Amino acid sequence: MPEVVGVGASPKRKEDLRFVTGHGNYVADIKRPNMSFGVFLRSPHAHALIRSIDTSEALEQPGVKAVFTGEDMKADNVGGLPVGWGISGKDGNPMKEPPHPPIALGKVRYVGDAVAFVVAETVEQAEAAAELIEVDYETLPHVVGAVEALQPGAPQIYDEVPGNLCCDWDLGDCAAVDAAFETATHVTSIDLVNQRLVGNPMEPRAAIGEYDAANGQHTLWTTSQFPHVVRLLMGEMVLGIPQHKLRVVAPDVGGGFGVKQFHYAEEAVVTWAATKLGGAVKWVCQRSEGFISDAHGRDHVTQAELALDTDGKFLAMRVRTYANMGGYLSTFGPNIPTNLYAPLLSGVYVIPSIYCEVKVVFTNTVPVDAYRGAGRPEATFVVERLVDTAALEMGIDKFEIRKRNMIPTESYPYQTPVLVEYDSGDPLGCLERSMELADVAGFAERRSASEANGKYRGLGVSTYVEACGLAPSRLAGQLGARGGLYESANVRVHPSGAVTVLIGTHNHGQGHETTFAQIVSERLGVPFENIDIVFGDTDKVQFGMGTYGSRSLVVGGSALNKASDKIILKGRKIAAHQFEAALEDVIFEKGEFSVSGTDKKKSFPEIAGAAYVPFDFPLETLEPGLEEQAFYDPVNFTYPGGAHICEVEIDPDTGVVRLDRYTAVDDVGTIINPMIVEGQLQGGIVQGVGQALFEHGVYDEQSGQLLSGSFMDYCMPRADNFPDFTIKPHSTTCTHTPMGVKGCGECGTIGSPAAVINAVVDALRPLGVSHVDMPASPNRIWNIINNSGARAAAE
Amino acid sequence: MTITFTLNDRSVTVDVEPSTLVSELLRDTLELTGTHVGCDTSQCGACVIHLNGESVKSCTLLAGSVDGQELRTVEGLAGGTDDLHPMQVAFRDNHGLQCGFCTPGMLMSSIDLVNRNPDPTEEEVREWLEGNICRCTGYQNIVKSVIAGAQALRDASRGDDHA
Repeated sequence: MPEVVGVGASPKRKEDLRFVTGHGNYVADIKRPNMSFGVFLRSPHAHALIRSIDTSEALEQPGVKAVFTGEDMKADNVGGLPVGWGISGKDGNPMKEPPHPPIALGKVRYVGDAVAFVVAETVEQAEAAAELIEVDYETLPHVVGAVEALQPGAPQIYDEVPGNLCCDWDLGDCAAVDAAFETATHVTSIDLVNQRLVGNPMEPRAAIGEYDAANGQHTLWTTSQFPHVVRLLMGEMVLGIPQHKLRVVAPDVGGGFGVKQFHYAEEAVVTWAATKLGGAVKWVCQRSEGFISDAHGRDHVTQAELALDTDGKFLAMRVRTYANMGGYLSTFGPNIPTNLYAPLLSGVYVIPSIYCEVKVVFTNTVPVDAYRGAGRPEATFVVERLVDTAALEMGIDKFEIRKRNMIPTESYPYQTPVLVEYDSGDPLGCLERSMELADVAGFAERRSASEANGKYRGLGVSTYVEACGLAPSRLAGQLGARGGLYESANVRVHPSGAVTVLIGTHNHGQGHETTFAQIVSERLGVPFENIDIVFGDTDKVQFGMGTYGSRSLVVGGSALNKASDKIILKGRKIAAHQFEAALEDVIFEKGEFSVSGTDKKKSFPEIAGAAYVPFDFPLETLEPGLEEQAFYDPVNFTYPGGAHICEVEIDPDTGVVRLDRYTAVDDVGTIINPMIVEGQLQGGIVQGVGQALFEHGVYDEQSGQLLSGSFMDYCMPRADNFPDFTIKPHSTTCTHTPMGVKGCGECGTIGSPAAVINAVVDALRPLGVSHVDMPASPNRIWNIINNSGARAAAE
Repeated sequence: MTITFTLNDRSVTVDVEPSTLVSELLRDTLELTGTHVGCDTSQCGACVIHLNGESVKSCTLLAGSVDGQELRTVEGLAGGTDDLHPMQVAFRDNHGLQCGFCTPGMLMSSIDLVNRNPDPTEEEVREWLEGNICRCTGYQNIVKSVIAGAQALRDASRGDDHA
């Protein structure tokens, strides 16, 4: 019997049947008629002039259809890749925004920069031909670090960007912070590196361009989190294809994490190449190629200071960050270390004044952009390492200092000194619950047991606040956004009462087909199995901004809720006509229209049927049919938050940090599907722990090469690195989203790095260690232990 | 070269190049795209299939070497969408997947584990899956799924004994 499955239930996911049977439809799986294959020749140099490119031999190879260079695209008036968010510096001037050609023009700026695109009948033919392209490079000095790139005499990456400084940005009241530091009894200062990460969704990127000359129609299949935005950016700004002649399809996508929320050069190149050659052109990224062409994440160098009074109360915070942008600006690159970073520096604390300056810098590395959390994990790491270090220096318990400075629940809504106003939250409740669940009281005993075994044990805590569903459009526009930040949903009720939802978000693991169906099932009383969610195709879905920044439920779900309201209102109008009752007397509850105080009832399918067979229908005042659309533009961000507690055990013989216990208590607002929320947190925590313990995109300063450029060298978190986690919700209701939801996709990644590093530092505190940079790899930890002198003394 | 092998219980004869990998043969020639390719260094495990009942990474196996052998892919696990393998059911029931890209490899590796060790501990499952990378789930629900799948298979085999 088909049933309503509503808010709070955890049904089996609708999307899983196709995935467990091997019937997912990913871009690499797609074959098109008359399809050829393309490969990119990429720069082996970090920084070089291109003197000439000789493609003649490659063009003579069997099966080769074309070899394209940047000059070919330029000659065809192809534009540069646009930046979706422009920022302005302290001086009010806009950031430096040099052109970003899809294939390099005259110069390469990082190892991996595309130099040519070869199209052939098979991949093997294209690969063989690519090796025969002769590129005459004149290598130039390069620089890979943001701090180094600002030094006088550093190699100049762009003639038009003096000193490689894209933007010198700030936020906050510098004078107030300076004054507060004057009055402080204690100042804690730390230097941090938030290392470069490679997002590595398990599905490598892929793109297929196709051109139907008879209809003038272009199609792009791409591994994207936001097909409509790709259509807009690529169509309007890069290739000059009118929106109605370009279809962008992002079918099943194997993980995104931000890596797939940018408009990439390869998308434009395959679409353009297909137009030149006819038929379809397919490119599938190799993993090693992805390491040097997917946008990277993080890569901050930060100096931070916290001023405290005698009681350990926070007075002010001062932060200076150097943010590495890589060789070009990626779609949202400059926005991440600025607008998504500094406004989160208040954390869950009362800090009367905060000043943050960020130097946004070009280097000869892969472009850096959003990666799960995007600015917010970096901010949380700064805040929570500062707080922990201050506690240690002032001799205050790490939990006590946090409690003493937390925003009291009754102070919400809370205006921070850095733009944002938190609508709701209960940080103290989260912290206290996490302390119980983590058995903090029993830690001393566990530490003694570890010590008896010759191991170091540490306990670390991190609180966090996150900002989801970037909004509202008007404010974002003032901050430099070049597009809206709303979402759209269309609810199409069929004559049978079954529902198809067309929504502008994109599902690539988050379970939208299930969660969104639960919302409709709850609101309209339609059985869960009678609801399908359609996404990822610009020819089907009206419009959408896609999925990033934990926005899908918060913004997309709210649009869906709003469209459902419209369906209910129209249904009530139809029912009122049939009941010969006043509209205000018709109520809709549990899938049934009725008139209060009477036995008149109509089921949702009956009213849906009447909408399409309008014999007994108010045709004079109402159109037939039952389909409604809503666009929802949020009034504010949402602010999930929480407290994470981590316990590690370190083996001094190997330097291995073993994660022994992990407890997370998170305030994600109303929970639609508890199973999916917990899954998001589990995965997010592992990604954050991956940053804390394993992952590092390492550039060699001498050669400019990415040293950790494969899964052999870049340490991905694996199943045997983790225990089971304890994850519990502690929700307050968002005051401004229609369902009280806050979002949960990035919470785990935001809360965990500081919790883990605080635990590692706590474990090594007996050795006099006060800071450990990420990742706390065996090599790094073994060296710390063995260079501390403590070990030699003990033996 | 021409090879003949058994694929998901059916005999297949096909021409391949000496350099063709089994992952390429399955995906490109035979259009069985459930076997995924997530890396080029044999690290990720998305391409795991069964060769004569044991899990192998199909991206490191030359097509020429499977002549006369028996292969099974994720498409060959279920009798139909309403007749799933117990491990497929367990992954669905326990939210053992999110984006689904690593899932075919996870399933094939897990079934091999349970064939060898019908009652694995959580630690044994975690160690066995060390060669399968998942970026979404954090592994906890995959481990839970494998343990549930193992339990279901044990229950089924007890049922068979009674029958």
